[in-house]
Order: sequence, then structure tokens, then C-alpha cells
Amino acid sequence: MLRYSLKRLLSLAISLIIASLVIFLVIEVAPGDPASFMLGINAQEDTLNALREELGLNQSKLERYLSWTFGMLQGDFGTSYTYRTPVADMVQDRLWVSLPLAIYALALSTLIAFPAGIYAASRRGGLGDVSIMGATQLGVAIPNFWFAMMLVLVFAINLRWFSAGGFPGWDNGLFTGLKALTLPAIALALPQAAILARVMRSSLLDILNEDFIRTARAKGLTPRQALWRHALRNALIPVLTIIGLQFSFLLAGSIIIEQVFYLPGLGRLVFQSISQRDLIVVESVVMLLVFAVILVNFIVDLAYAWVDPRLRSRT
Amino acid sequence: MKTSRNLVIGTALSTLFIAAALISFIWTPFDVTQMNIPSKLQTPNGTNWLGTDHFGRDIFSMIMVGARTSIAVALVAVGIGIGVGVPLGLAAAARQGSLLDEVIMRGNDLVFAFPSLVIAILITAVFGPGAINAIIAIGIFNIPVFARLTRSAALPLWQREFIMAARVSGKGNARISMEHILPNVTNLLIVQGTIQFSLGILAEAGLSYVGLGAQPPLPSWGRMLADAQTMVSFAPHLALIPGGAIILTVLGLNLMGDGLRDLLDPRIRVERI
Repeated sequence: MLRYSLKRLLSLAISLIIASLVIFLVIEVAPGDPASFMLGINAQEDTLNALREELGLNQSKLERYLSWTFGMLQGDFGTSYTYRTPVADMVQDRLWVSLPLAIYALALSTLIAFPAGIYAASRRGGLGDVSIMGATQLGVAIPNFWFAMMLVLVFAINLRWFSAGGFPGWDNGLFTGLKALTLPAIALALPQAAILARVMRSSLLDILNEDFIRTARAKGLTPRQALWRHALRNALIPVLTIIGLQFSFLLAGSIIIEQVFYLPGLGRLVFQSISQRDLIVVESVVMLLVFAVILVNFIVDLAYAWVDPRLRSRT
Repeated sequence: MKTSRNLVIGTALSTLFIAAALISFIWTPFDVTQMNIPSKLQTPNGTNWLGTDHFGRDIFSMIMVGARTSIAVALVAVGIGIGVGVPLGLAAAARQGSLLDEVIMRGNDLVFAFPSLVIAILITAVFGPGAINAIIAIGIFNIPVFARLTRSAALPLWQREFIMAARVSGKGNARISMEHILPNVTNLLIVQGTIQFSLGILAEAGLSYVGLGAQPPLPSWGRMLADAQTMVSFAPHLALIPGGAIILTVLGLNLMGDGLRDLLDPRIRVERI
């Protein structure tokens, strides 16, 4: 297990280095000079040079790449071109909206998908199965931001159970914060729950055909007991992979959902920075998102090996 | 039979929207760029079959032209995925365990870490927004999907006798991949292509919605929804109609994919994330 973990850790590090190089180079290609953008077209050449010096734009590309990456390792994401404040602070504030939203959505998606998938598999071919599968077919076809608009229309505008948007902050209590994130989380979770329920069902059906389930049935377990005691644990492996993959989709998807609900999360920060050409913020947020995806996949790989010992020896 | 029912409904829905997109090139009920403020925000009626938007533009016409945008973006993105991903997957499978295989597969993992939205953000930050960005962003994300699928489908084929026979007759890896492996994975690629096509339509709508996709005056379903957002309380049809168009198209393509899968080969399983 240690050898496997170290190997995975090495590949995590390599992925991060390559990803950071790609992001850095793409942002490098961007036309325009941040210094003249910040100071406007009438700026004096020596003021421009002073600012370039301050921002480190006069250094070579390699120097800037190294100072960017080593800075990030120490939690220093550079200084915003537009606001002259540390990017790390801006990101941190926004992360407290985006991250809880993604986790909330993931929890909801799992809570919906597990019972639905298990129920459908245990009633294979029955009315319950057919209706759940029909619902999931529809669920994967619905764009989450459209669903979000419909939720606002019904639950915020017509029923007035929730506010239509905005975020009061966590200072007003956990419940107020969670309530503001509830509609966005449902909108994010539902399409993902549809996919997860399908995976859960098909994975369970595969396992239910295995010999050891027949053995369990032969020793006198009812179909339900065989499903809960033996099939479920084995069916979880593919489900785990999908949950890992979904986390990255939820984090990226929250960028779009934030626009529907006017939530001050990473998404708003990114779009604002794009329009202000505050590329250092874009660069850092993108790196953070990619880091999150790579990290989650790494954790899933480890969890995988922990659940299934055969994998440890293989890779 | 259930299989053929999926296929029939799916194909009918998909054909409907593809036809709408094609017809929009030669005819739409109204000019989509033509504003008509006096008749703005009409609900569906005899003149404007699906009503009008806040500028008095005909929604039916906009849906038709929007179908063109969605389908073109998603189709080209699938083309990029197949065009680059399939050769990579074939090459990786032909030299399984080699350095080339390792590099291709790790490269795939890396691209998977960049959700298409993130790629779109990067491209837009550098080059500005536009439909081409959406195509590139979705297309890049499709590459590893097809590369992985092709490789995993091709690997077991390389162990088969008919490949051995081809090898004995003197064919090289490239020729075997083209002449023997590729035809045997085509069914799988068609089914996955349908799925990626539908995912592409969803992704394009999302990108246009946040302003990273097609730009005005080109109508797109995602942007119609973005425009509708502030008016949803008094003109819900502005959001319901483009949303319905997206759902029906994606549903149609998914049903068609499922139907095709059952028809072509019931054993194959398709990744859908």
C-alpha cells in the first residue's frame, strides 16, 4: 500500500507541474501588457517601468514561472492587477462559498442517487425501476442552470420560500448560509444524481449476477439480505470513481450556477477578472480548480486501492 | 419492443432539431436580427408561433438558428475528439505498455483535470469570447474520452487470432490498426459519439449562458436563457422554450445512443459522466 501510495503521489506531483506549466504558458500568450492596462494609455514610460518592476513583469519567463509556483506553495498567489490586494485573500473569501456549495451538492446527489439506484436494481424491470430510469433519462438531459432558473421561479418568486439569490455570509449563522445555498445545491445535484443513480443500478445489477451472490442465496439469504450484505459493498467501487469525477464537475458547474443565483463565489471572481483583464487572478483560480480535480482523483485512487486490495499490486 | 422504441423516439427528436437547424439556413419565419419593439414579449400565438422576446424578435426563428449554433459546435467538437482521440487510442493500444502508451494515457489523465468550462475560461481570458472557443474547449475535453475508449476496446482485439494472422502476413502496426482494429471499434465510437454530441450541446448551452460561447447577434439557446433570466417572473415562456429545446435535443440524442447501442451490440458499455 505504501509503495502504491508513493507512486500515486509522484504522478500527482508530475500532473501538477505539467498543469501549472500549461496554464502559465497559455496566460503568457495573452496579448497586452498588464502594467499599461492598469495605468491607462496616458501613463509615463518610467511609471510603467516602475510598476512592471513591482509586479515582477521584467523578469524572464522562467523566473516568473518559478516565483508563481513557489509562491503558491507558500500560499502566496500574487497581487491582483486591478485591486492591488493579495489574490490569496480574494480567492479564500470566494472559496467559502464555492466549496461548501460543491460539497452540499455532492451530499445531496449521493443521498438521492443511492436509494434510487438500489431501489431500481432491486425491482429490476418493475414499474419502480422503469419510472426511476425514465426520470434519470430526463435528469441527464436537463441543463443545471436552466433547472436553477425554474427553481427560482417556483420556490423564490412564486412560493417565496427562499431568496432568489445572493449570499448573506456565514456570519449570520450556519442555517442562514445553508438556506441560501439550498436551491443552488439542488440545481447542481439533480443532474449528477441522475447519472449516479444509473451507475449505482447497473453496477449492482452486474454484481447480482455473480457466483457469490448465488452462493449467498443458496445458503438461505433472501434476495434483499444478499443485496444489502454482499452486493452493495462490491458495487460501490465504480460508484466511488464516479463520485470522484463528479466532484470536479460540481466545482466547475458551481461556476455557472453561481451566475444564476448571484453568489459571490469563485465563478463570479473569474468572470469579473476576465472582463477586467486581471489575468493573474484567472491564472490562480484556474490552477486552484485543476489542483482540486487532480487531488480528488488522487484520493479516489487511494480509496480504490483501499477497497480493492488487488489494485495495490497492479500499478 | 423497448429497444426500437428508444431508437425511434430518439431518432425522431434528433432529426427534428437537425432539420430545424438545416432549414434555418434557407428559411426562418422571421429575420432573427430584426427587432420589433411594439410586439415585444408576446406569448405564443398565430403570428409568432412561440412568442417574441424583449426586443420583439420571433422566438421560433431564434430556436431554429440556435439549433444551428448548438449542433455545429457540438458536432465539430465530437469531430475533434474522434479525429485526435481515436488515432491516439489506436497507437497506445498497438504499443501497449510502451513509453508511447504511457505518455498518451498520462496525457489523457491530465486533460481530464481540465473540465471544458475551465478550458473555455482560459481561452476566453486570452483570446476573448466566441463560438470557436466553445468548440475548442469542448473538443479538447472530448479527446481523452475517445482515446481511452478506443484503447480499451482495441486492447483485447490485439490478442485475437485474426490480428495474429494479419501480423504473419506482414502487416505493420499502423496497417493492422487501420484495417482490422478500427472497423471493429466503429460501433462503439458511433454510440459514444452520440453521447458526446448530447453532452456537447449541454456544454455549449452552459458556456453561452455565462457569456463564453456564441456572441450576439448570433442566437444561441444558452444566451436566450441568459437573456430570459431577469424576465422569468413575468415572461416564463422566454426560459421555458429554449430550455425545452435543449432538453428535447439532448434527450433525443441520448435515446438514440441507447437504441443504437442495443441495436449494434448489446454487450458494449458506454462511459457517461
